[in-house]
Amino acid sequence: MTETKSPATPPADATPTTATRGLIGLPLPAARALLLLGGIATAASAFLAWTWTSDFPGDLTVYGYPGGLQWLTFVAGVLTALFALASYGVRGLRWLLPARNNAPLVLTALGGFGVTWFTAIEIAAKLGGLANWEPGTYIAVVASLIPVIGAFALPQEAGESTKETLKAYIAKPEAIPAPQPIAPWIQRLIITIVAALGLGVFAYGIDTQYGEIFIGFLIVLVFAVWALHTAGLLDRFSAMVADNRSFTLAMGFLAAIAFPLTQTDDHYANIGVNILIFGTVALGLNIVVGLAGLLDLGYVAFLGVGAYTAALVSGSEFSRFSGVQFPFWAAALAGAAASLIFGVLIGAPTLRLRGDYLAIVTLGFGEIFRLAVNNMDGVSGPDITNGPNGIPSIPDLKLFGFNFGEAHDLGGFTIGRFANYYLLMVLVMALVVTVYRRAADSRIGRSWIAIREDETAATAMGINGFRVKLIAFALGASLAGLAGTVSAHVTYNVVPNPYQFAGAAPPNSAFLLAAVVLGGMGTVSGPILGAALLYLLPEKLVFLQDKSLLAFGIALILLMRFRPEGIIANRRRQLEFHETGQLDVPETTTLSDEPAVTKAGA
Amino acid sequence: MRFGGLTAVRSVDFTVNSGEIVGLIGPNGAGKTTFFNCLTGLYVPTEGTVSYQGTVLPPKPHLVTKAGIARTFQNIRLFANMTVLENVLVGRHTRTREGLWSALLRGPGFKKAEKASEARAMELLEFIGLAHKRDHLARNLPYGEQRKLEIARALASEPGLLLLDEPTAGMNPQETRATEELVFAIRDMGIAVLVIEHDMRFIFNLCDRVAVLVQGEKLVEGTSEVVQADDRVIAAYLGEPFEGDPAQNEAKAAGTTKGEAQ
Repeated sequence: MTETKSPATPPADATPTTATRGLIGLPLPAARALLLLGGIATAASAFLAWTWTSDFPGDLTVYGYPGGLQWLTFVAGVLTALFALASYGVRGLRWLLPARNNAPLVLTALGGFGVTWFTAIEIAAKLGGLANWEPGTYIAVVASLIPVIGAFALPQEAGESTKETLKAYIAKPEAIPAPQPIAPWIQRLIITIVAALGLGVFAYGIDTQYGEIFIGFLIVLVFAVWALHTAGLLDRFSAMVADNRSFTLAMGFLAAIAFPLTQTDDHYANIGVNILIFGTVALGLNIVVGLAGLLDLGYVAFLGVGAYTAALVSGSEFSRFSGVQFPFWAAALAGAAASLIFGVLIGAPTLRLRGDYLAIVTLGFGEIFRLAVNNMDGVSGPDITNGPNGIPSIPDLKLFGFNFGEAHDLGGFTIGRFANYYLLMVLVMALVVTVYRRAADSRIGRSWIAIREDETAATAMGINGFRVKLIAFALGASLAGLAGTVSAHVTYNVVPNPYQFAGAAPPNSAFLLAAVVLGGMGTVSGPILGAALLYLLPEKLVFLQDKSLLAFGIALILLMRFRPEGIIANRRRQLEFHETGQLDVPETTTLSDEPAVTKAGA
Repeated sequence: MRFGGLTAVRSVDFTVNSGEIVGLIGPNGAGKTTFFNCLTGLYVPTEGTVSYQGTVLPPKPHLVTKAGIARTFQNIRLFANMTVLENVLVGRHTRTREGLWSALLRGPGFKKAEKASEARAMELLEFIGLAHKRDHLARNLPYGEQRKLEIARALASEPGLLLLDEPTAGMNPQETRATEELVFAIRDMGIAVLVIEHDMRFIFNLCDRVAVLVQGEKLVEGTSEVVQADDRVIAAYLGEPFEGDPAQNEAKAAGTTKGEAQ
């Protein structure tokens, strides 16, 4: 074990706040030392062997370098040690803890503890007993516990009960000191680094080969992001993003394009392209649900319309119009246009309804689409969609002589079939993001939000509610149709089955809605993040497959209880200096009964 | 206007001339707000029409606003999760034309229109004294400022006639006086104002003409003096004197509070 040198001498000013005691009665220097040494020990323990057999996913049998889940323990340990050093006030690391609060320390320590103990328990459970633990495992288990003890020994103003005190330990402080002004080029450098880091983290998450590693990845990711949030670093970063908006968008776009270059296996690019399709459709749904406030439970039908349209004109020999082969741009336009027409047809009679009625009617129309394509096989209906067999063997796209079906070499990197489609989808998503942002920040976007907030007042302000809602519905539908045209080519075939209300795997209407709500309604990054999570979870956690709907139900309930605005909060929510509750204000709420400034918790 | 068997407002003929402040008063349940809702197209009148500058208005709220009649609501109906500026910009909806395509393409015309809208909205915020709070959420404003913002939002649609539904409900005397000044200032902009109010002092200070609505029917219309002197108005608010009623005085007192407090 590498019990490295004792840290730099503790500074004279011990605690910035009052001299309250920690939950565990230890002096402050001891608590900090435990955090630092424990963090280092945890990271170091990842270099030991944790088990004797390579049966456990990721090779944990090697002394000298980490493998599989050990990497995650290593990262968590390093993060803990870094935050501990920052709490000492070490020059160069102080920016990590601008508010000098305990929460980031507690959370990173918990993250390391969580992932290490999860691994140890998985080893014992999977291989059958503690006998499969090597001495390294024992060391890791103990080492990861040390920072947790240290963290809860940090002085913290006690609440009324232990529960309150625990809450205070992980609470984000109300006031975070304003940052020093940062030179613009450094800001851009930071954004670039964050984009690269984000790409790395995303690629790592997609590349995880085993459910165990993915769970460990989620544990570390959640605690690390939570720690950065409570440290106030995420707020600072979003302020930076707000100052360099177009630069950030460009970097995000670059990072997205660079993703296939990090992949050696085209299988993961396949996951990437599916996430993008799912995310694009979720973003389209976000216009309908997040901006205009129309609860659409049959949205996946528009994806289906786009996919079927593209399949029919793709030149597939099983298509009703097998002779017809549109070029991609024409097929994409046709798919979007067909979805648009379908959207207007569905919207025109239903958008006069409000709230629950609209939800039920859209649910019905979504099912009608699936049943209709199921029956249009020439037996029980006109022969258009080939019934339950769908339209198979859709040829690959060719665009300007570029064949999407073949792998291409690009400066030493191989861009496989799915990577080709991935890059195409990045362009489609960039288009959809632009459409979303521009539409949201305009006269029409404001009228959507006004309709969502209070339809009566909106019409009294001269907004033609029906017309504006129909535009939102049609725009959302055509964006989904556009994504559908690509998805038809990616999957080689279209069948009616995926376009249902709820199923075990995305995309279906329930998952799309969950992605929007989970990620954060009315934001751009929220639905994309939600889509990535909802796609990856069933993909990676194979053991959940038949219970995944149950798991998502529980996850959604928990999220609605503890963070109703979704993972990424809307700009409006951030403006709302303090939280007051649900995003959607019920129609009857009078504003007057709310105090102007509410006390709030996280 | 009838709801089933109940006639809420019956044959109320009413004219507001430009540059005039007209009050509409009446006991609770007299049909004042229903009358407003009929005027602005929220309710479709069972019989009768609303005409503005000689043209008959269809009973569609957005067309009424477009024609030049704007309103506020009795219980404030701001867009709670939009900023102060955005609330006023929504009010500009009928006076701007940019649709989805121009929003997506962002041509020079779009930018010009957005800029002009914002300038006009800021002028209005300046006018009601909320310019410094442009980026606050409407829900976070104090009550009095929410009322003012609602008026600014209505003014943003450049109305010729402004309907105010109890603009001073829940306000303290200072705020009421400030609102009075505000309404005068709006009148001076050349906008006719029709105001529902329970605060008699406010109404009689403000209005050139006052109409009294009782049980859905217009009882009397005229200057403050005429209305205040009318026996039927007093009867409507305070009740008919009942010969030999020992509790007459108490009843009067109770009636007064009921009439004015709301």
